[in-house]
Amino acid sequence: MLVSEKNALTIEIEDLTKSFGDQRESLLPILQEIQLKHGHISDFAQQEIARLLDIHPVEVYGVVTFYSFLSTEPKGRLIVRLCQTITCDLAGKEAIANTLEKELQIKFGETTPDKKFTLEYCNCIGMCDQGPAMLINEQVFTKLTPSKVIEILKKFN
Amino acid sequence: MEKTQHTHRAPVSHQPLVVEKGNLGEIGSLVEVEINGIPYKVPIGTTILEACRQNNIHIPTLCYHEDLCLAGVCRICVVEVEGMKVLPTSCTFPITNRIKVRTTSEKVRKARRHILDLLLSEHYGECYSCHRNGNCELQTLAKEYGVDFYRFGHITERRHKVDKSSYSVIRDMDKCILCKRCVRTCIDLQEVGALEATQRGDMTTISTFLDKPLADVICINCGQCINRCPTAALKANDPSDEIWAAIDDPEMHVVIQTAPSPRSGIGEEFGCEPGTSMTYKLNTALRMIGFDAVLDTNFSADLTIMEEGTELLLRLKKLLVEGDSSVKLPQFTSCSPGWIKYIEHFYPDFLDYLSSCKSPQQMFGAVIKTFYAQERNIDPNKIVTVALMPCSAKKFECNRPEMTDSGFKDVDYGLTTREMAQMIREAGLHLPELQNSAFDEPFGDTGSGLIFGATGGVMESALRTAYALVTGRPVPFENLQILPCRGFEGVREASVLLENVLPDWSFLEGVNLKFMIAHGTANAKKVMDALARGELKDIHFVEIMACPGGCIGGGGQPIPTSPEIRQKRAELIYNEAADLEINESFRNPSIKYIYEKFLTEGPCRHLSHKLLHTHYVKRGKYID
Ligand code: SF4
Ligand code: SF4
Ligand code: SF4
Repeated sequence: MLVSEKNALTIEIEDLTKSFGDQRESLLPILQEIQLKHGHISDFAQQEIARLLDIHPVEVYGVVTFYSFLSTEPKGRLIVRLCQTITCDLAGKEAIANTLEKELQIKFGETTPDKKFTLEYCNCIGMCDQGPAMLINEQVFTKLTPSKVIEILKKFN
Repeated sequence: MEKTQHTHRAPVSHQPLVVEKGNLGEIGSLVEVEINGIPYKVPIGTTILEACRQNNIHIPTLCYHEDLCLAGVCRICVVEVEGMKVLPTSCTFPITNRIKVRTTSEKVRKARRHILDLLLSEHYGECYSCHRNGNCELQTLAKEYGVDFYRFGHITERRHKVDKSSYSVIRDMDKCILCKRCVRTCIDLQEVGALEATQRGDMTTISTFLDKPLADVICINCGQCINRCPTAALKANDPSDEIWAAIDDPEMHVVIQTAPSPRSGIGEEFGCEPGTSMTYKLNTALRMIGFDAVLDTNFSADLTIMEEGTELLLRLKKLLVEGDSSVKLPQFTSCSPGWIKYIEHFYPDFLDYLSSCKSPQQMFGAVIKTFYAQERNIDPNKIVTVALMPCSAKKFECNRPEMTDSGFKDVDYGLTTREMAQMIREAGLHLPELQNSAFDEPFGDTGSGLIFGATGGVMESALRTAYALVTGRPVPFENLQILPCRGFEGVREASVLLENVLPDWSFLEGVNLKFMIAHGTANAKKVMDALARGELKDIHFVEIMACPGGCIGGGGQPIPTSPEIRQKRAELIYNEAADLEINESFRNPSIKYIYEKFLTEGPCRHLSHKLLHTHYVKRGKYID
């Protein structure tokens, strides 16, 4: 990472501590902001956040790895999250998973070479009565069928 | 206890428990609690676990540790509280009103057994090939609950790689039960923060920042996490195979130095009460094992005092006589390698405040491979030096690249108390039954180095010698016991007035020598933050030990550890020291001998600087 980039990130985190506070409890909102803006929370960002909140980097890392919507690695611009919980599973998650893998030509946990899509599983998103369900970034898609999935992905292409 | 009628729709079992408040007194006033049908009175706020322990009612625990904050994560301490639907954890349940507790009911017994079965289902490994065999809290529980089969299966494949990157601490997360004692130790007691629970659910693992090898993150090697781990997930990096090989090689002259703290603790490994002295029996055991010479680290502790005390007086002289304001005061002790690594990482701009003296272990190593080799006419190439220490950080220290001033690796191996006990057992010896025997010459006399083992000990020894050198009189305390140095308070402060000083030291007349003592690096942090704020201007000397309690509580000492155990070890050291004839370093005949024969220019001069002093590395906090 370039030094100038580092400094920009530091300034950004400093600003966030100004709006959210520099106590332990400000950690989550700060992480969410960084995730939103940069798509991930880099090693450097984690250490800077730890320094500014006066906690240990490993505590920040523990929180980032705990939440599946926070990530330490850069991901695609669009994150497709298919619900893997039991009701969606029973409603036919498997077929949807296969379609997604085939259409995007990546496996779960991977990112397309053009950095556009990342494919992941997620746990219950509260759509149990309308499964199978998935999220693309913040948007919810329910009652999925393979053909519906192909349509949806087309819209994003 | 009655349930009041609620109007909402929740089934009765889901309705909140409403307990009769009774006559709630102030915090600290007594409340009655019924445990297994017998009434007890305890102060309000006492946890169920505490109440039971105070009354000799056994409750098993895993994540609970006397030195640490409560966690309530392992759940093995569950009990039944009348009127509650779930079984609460007794360690986190403060008693605030009359409750009825059952610790032995069917529900409790079954829940505990299931918790245990679940822990075992994910626990990789076999007890007979495990270094905690016989001293493992999980194994003990399995026995207590009569586990004779794996109800939920048992994994047979490793899920994690053993992290052997560190010179000091080896992490085997396949044996971890996620009690988080190590996390709480490293963050709360040590303020290092190397470890935390990461990931979630069945993926949860105790890991370092970015899951890097321990050697690549900030760890001060103190081993305090090892001492508090209930299982074999953490252990020290054991060099005993290499030491056996050296002993078995007839070409090699294997010298061992033993520090005071292992001697005060090793008896515990053989079933003795904490605070049982093994010093002279240990000498016998070491000779029987095959060490060629057994030397006393007290000698080099005295040597450290001579060098460090002189260094302090020289700093004071520079400041007061030469008016050199660049002199860094207070001077900080440098004998705890965990503390050294701590300051190198967290306060790299303050390294000049550290004494440049090596630790007693390293001083002795350098002396053994030079002076001792000369005196005994042995080729230093054929000498292997082993240091028996209470400490895991000593393993890192002896591998620091700068620790080769004798022209060889000054100390070849740092061995902990636990590893030594294992070697003794392996040799078929039962330590408490052995005869006493003395240390080997030429460093056989003991001065005040013994008390180095307890927090405040270095300070006390240094003051005795500095005061006597400056005034020509012993320190003005009964039996030379500088009581303000003793005790277990995290940060202590005291002073000694220098009066009627000898002519050479006239600039110190009337100086009130002020000193501070801290143990556990969380307390060191408090001192360093005060220093950074400029609040320690009138302090002259600070002793810091990385481990809570000082070396007697070191990361290589027998497991378990608790405030009571550390207290007993410290008492033993002070009692033994009180019986010594010589209690001032500079009066130790071996010290006189080495300054006459070898370090002839005196302390802090050319040869001393070459062999006995060192420099430090600005490490900083950033993890690449
Ligand atoms: S950690 Fe304890 S239970 Fe596990 S294998 Fe070792 S001795 Fe047995
Ligand atoms: S050795 Fe000390 S610093 Fe390192 S992980 Fe253990 S407690 Fe933390
Ligand atoms: S490594 Fe040991 S102390 Fe740490 S969580 Fe695991 S079992 Fe507990």
